[in-house]
Amino acid sequence: MNNTLPLAMTVNGVHYEREVEPRTTLVDFLRDSLALTGTHVGCEHGVCGACSVLLNDEPVRSCCMFAIQADGMNITTVEGLSTQRGQMSTLQDAFCEKHALQCGYCTPGMLVSCHALLKDNPKPSPEEVREAISGNLCRCTGYQQIVDAVIHASTAHTAESDAKKASHHVN
Amino acid sequence: MQALHTRLRAMPRKRATMSTESSTFKYIGRHRRAVEHKRFVLGQGHYAADIQRPGMLHVALISSPYACAKILKIESSQALAMPGVHAVLTGEELFEAIDPILPGVDAPQVTRYPLAIATARYAGEWVAAVVAQTRALAEDAAEMVDIEYEVLDHIVNPELALLDNAPLVHPKHGSNVIFHRKFVWGPVEEDFSKCEHQLSYRVHWARNSTVPIETFAVACEWHDATSVLDVWASIQMPKFPDQVAKALRLPGNAVRVHFDVDVGGSYGVKRGLKHTILVAYLAKKLGRPVRLVEDRLENMRGGDMQGPDRIFDVCLGFNSNGEILSMRMHALEDIGAYSGRSPLQLGKPVGAIVGPYKIQSVEYDAKAVLTNKTPQEAVRGFGQSPTNYALETGIDKVARFLKMDRIALRKLNMISHEEFPYLIPSGTTYDSGNYSVVLDKALKEAGLESLLQQRDALRAKGIHAGVGISTCLEPSGGNSSFEPLFNPKNETTTWMDSCLVRVDLSGSITALMGTSSSGQAHETLVSTVVGEILEREPDSIRVLHADSLNALPSNSPVGSRMAIMLGGAAAGAAKKIRTKLLLIAAHNMQRGVQELSFEGGGVFEKAAPQHKLSWDALIEIAHRKYHCLPSGMEPGLQEKFVWEVPTGGQLPTADGRVQMYPCHSFEAHVILASIDPGTFKVQIHRYVCGHDCGVMISPDVVHGMTYGGIAHGLGAALMEKFAFSEEGQLLAGTFMDYLLPTAHEVPSISIVDHCTPSPLTEFGQKGSGEAGYLGAPAAVASAVNDALAPMGASIDYLPMTPQAIWSAVEKSKLSKALA
Repeated sequence: MNNTLPLAMTVNGVHYEREVEPRTTLVDFLRDSLALTGTHVGCEHGVCGACSVLLNDEPVRSCCMFAIQADGMNITTVEGLSTQRGQMSTLQDAFCEKHALQCGYCTPGMLVSCHALLKDNPKPSPEEVREAISGNLCRCTGYQQIVDAVIHASTAHTAESDAKKASHHVN
Repeated sequence: MQALHTRLRAMPRKRATMSTESSTFKYIGRHRRAVEHKRFVLGQGHYAADIQRPGMLHVALISSPYACAKILKIESSQALAMPGVHAVLTGEELFEAIDPILPGVDAPQVTRYPLAIATARYAGEWVAAVVAQTRALAEDAAEMVDIEYEVLDHIVNPELALLDNAPLVHPKHGSNVIFHRKFVWGPVEEDFSKCEHQLSYRVHWARNSTVPIETFAVACEWHDATSVLDVWASIQMPKFPDQVAKALRLPGNAVRVHFDVDVGGSYGVKRGLKHTILVAYLAKKLGRPVRLVEDRLENMRGGDMQGPDRIFDVCLGFNSNGEILSMRMHALEDIGAYSGRSPLQLGKPVGAIVGPYKIQSVEYDAKAVLTNKTPQEAVRGFGQSPTNYALETGIDKVARFLKMDRIALRKLNMISHEEFPYLIPSGTTYDSGNYSVVLDKALKEAGLESLLQQRDALRAKGIHAGVGISTCLEPSGGNSSFEPLFNPKNETTTWMDSCLVRVDLSGSITALMGTSSSGQAHETLVSTVVGEILEREPDSIRVLHADSLNALPSNSPVGSRMAIMLGGAAAGAAKKIRTKLLLIAAHNMQRGVQELSFEGGGVFEKAAPQHKLSWDALIEIAHRKYHCLPSGMEPGLQEKFVWEVPTGGQLPTADGRVQMYPCHSFEAHVILASIDPGTFKVQIHRYVCGHDCGVMISPDVVHGMTYGGIAHGLGAALMEKFAFSEEGQLLAGTFMDYLLPTAHEVPSISIVDHCTPSPLTEFGQKGSGEAGYLGAPAAVASAVNDALAPMGASIDYLPMTPQAIWSAVEKSKLSKALA
């Protein structure tokens, strides 16, 4: 099968140029060609949400689109949710603090959905969190501690920005 | 068995009932982040599907389209001619090259291979495996393999499978019944003759499973020079390396299973023997690393991970005052086309067959039948949740019959706190408990009065609403006693687990455990326990998962056993280290050990606390100063501990009485639910779970598992079913037909903790990995039936889908009209 097409995309701020078969899904491309194995494959039919990534900042199922469809676009995977290597984002930190995970398999997709939620709605209600993660299946947690973690992260966000504002005043 | 009971009764009570707040532990029972979570949230987990080896090949599978068919011919030349295709493997070749996987019960003719041998016995059974450079290419080639079948008669209904003229799933076995035993514990006939009332009923638990989001994945690599097979697999399977080696006719030390693979959820089902044997054979045959990652359909249809599928016929004997004296329970389990550990799932409930109640005698007729369906595998609770559902349904029925309050009836029959340890008719002694207090706590948290008012207010608005109650046990600390109970040729009486603890020259601690984990936070468990004993900060302790060639004897994180077994083993090893440090200190301080105290990792003299040796100084002696060590002491600092299951070590009695599990956690569920009058969909308005699993080592982990178990139970009660057509075709092979609860279906849940320590374990802990799931389906069914009761309708089968509830209501209307 030498039927390949050139593909260029930016993933987690890094520019990549590769040749791909048109039938390669985005999730397989991320995992197999770029070795970004943080994004997981769960159902391959768009229900479980484990493969969620941000495509130009919007959450999408990377199992339900071809890599070539993302040509020229910006992608963020779980590996790119924090700005510094080895550091956790406020949301990732809240997931740890509130035990919002067990086996960790759905977690990358959950984080992507919740990250997108908090960007649009920094102070969601528990119901809004449930709505935002209703397309992500988790078999370990019963979702409860995930909701708790997102609420926790949203208050931490506020505390953080308040602190920044306060220090700005002092300066 | 009486002797064991006496022994247990004679054991000193380590602690009386205590609240979690009054814990004297430094690290145990405290909020602590799980060690594992950081790598997961950063996307740095290490799952089997992430394994990449140089030159790795990939497998696609060809499945039988028929429920039962003879394989006449497999034509693979076109597929093999495709560039990049390395092999097409059939059952014929495997049959010669490997040994079969045998069932857990004594049925040697019910053999099982990774690929169908001559006959495919269920739709979805793997018939051939195609190996190619990529999975996509393997799938392309699979389409070029031409298989000729002769369709044979099949059987999918478990009751019809019992009839004399039924087609045989395994003709060589001579019957579709793979296991049948009737146990009688106590004077059942006599007790029934004394009862004022008898009530018989049938309930049906539908075939569902835990369905982890990660499918099964395995990668294998064979090394010619060393004759070692490396295996990375998403497994939760006892004795896995041994069974893989045996099937491949290899010595045990030729199979190295890497237990440091993160498993993306299992809850019982990630057994993967056939997958691994297949991939290992291919890796060895081709001399290349080979990987198989099931796609979702392969997983649902051919992954052999479907759960119990059980019909219960139960008769309860009781008096007008509500006292339940005796029970007859007949369980018919449809295990599908092959047997793994599945018939044994009828065995675990023997250890809690009467639940939390003082039922004096029991007849238990356990029968497992083969049908042309996907085989069954172990699912969370190992068959206990269906049995709890059957028993709890009966308790509600008795209450309705006697017009008694359901809670009062339960309390009347419950074993009281003063009666522990309590021997049940089937020979198991319950270690400890305080059932009515836990139930009261849950009722208080739920606000029973207010809950009933809300129910009545909903009813006044024309909405069917009900309050659901269930109470049940979670037997924990699995010792696999159902193996000898169900198979006299199997004399297993130990199911040890172990841990090695090492302190290096820098004073850092590393612990080694012997199995993989699938979300249970074992690294957190071990580091908390070792930190507690050695009084070192748990976050500074590293926990590794061994591989099977350097692991100590261990089983598997099944049967809610790791808090008890791994926790106990880690504590045992750490205590040996502590003892050694005390001996080193005593030798160097020229004092007796009893004059010294171990604190903060150092040792000081009780009478003169300024006289001390620090942790660093003691480690230095152990590692460098042989001249300062007590005579004969090994230098360095590492200790292992292999722990036998408490109360283990005995074979069942001739009449099938057995100490099944050592520890018994308890849960009480209280819920308010309503049924939408238009769609018949069930909505949960309030969910409270009272839970007592003794001392919680990691409360956040326990709570998380309980929330998840309840969510899983809601799925089993309301949504999840592996439905089959009459032709034996799976009708629920995707997540659009097999429905898993989302954040919309799972309500906010309140957990109320209680702590009755176990007298059998190091810290008073019990198991909790199956919490929530064991009582949730019964509680939801209780609520739905309470909602349907005013209409005179009831439903005694799961899942209670909108359609099923609508049918139950229509059926009741029809029977009223006819009457």
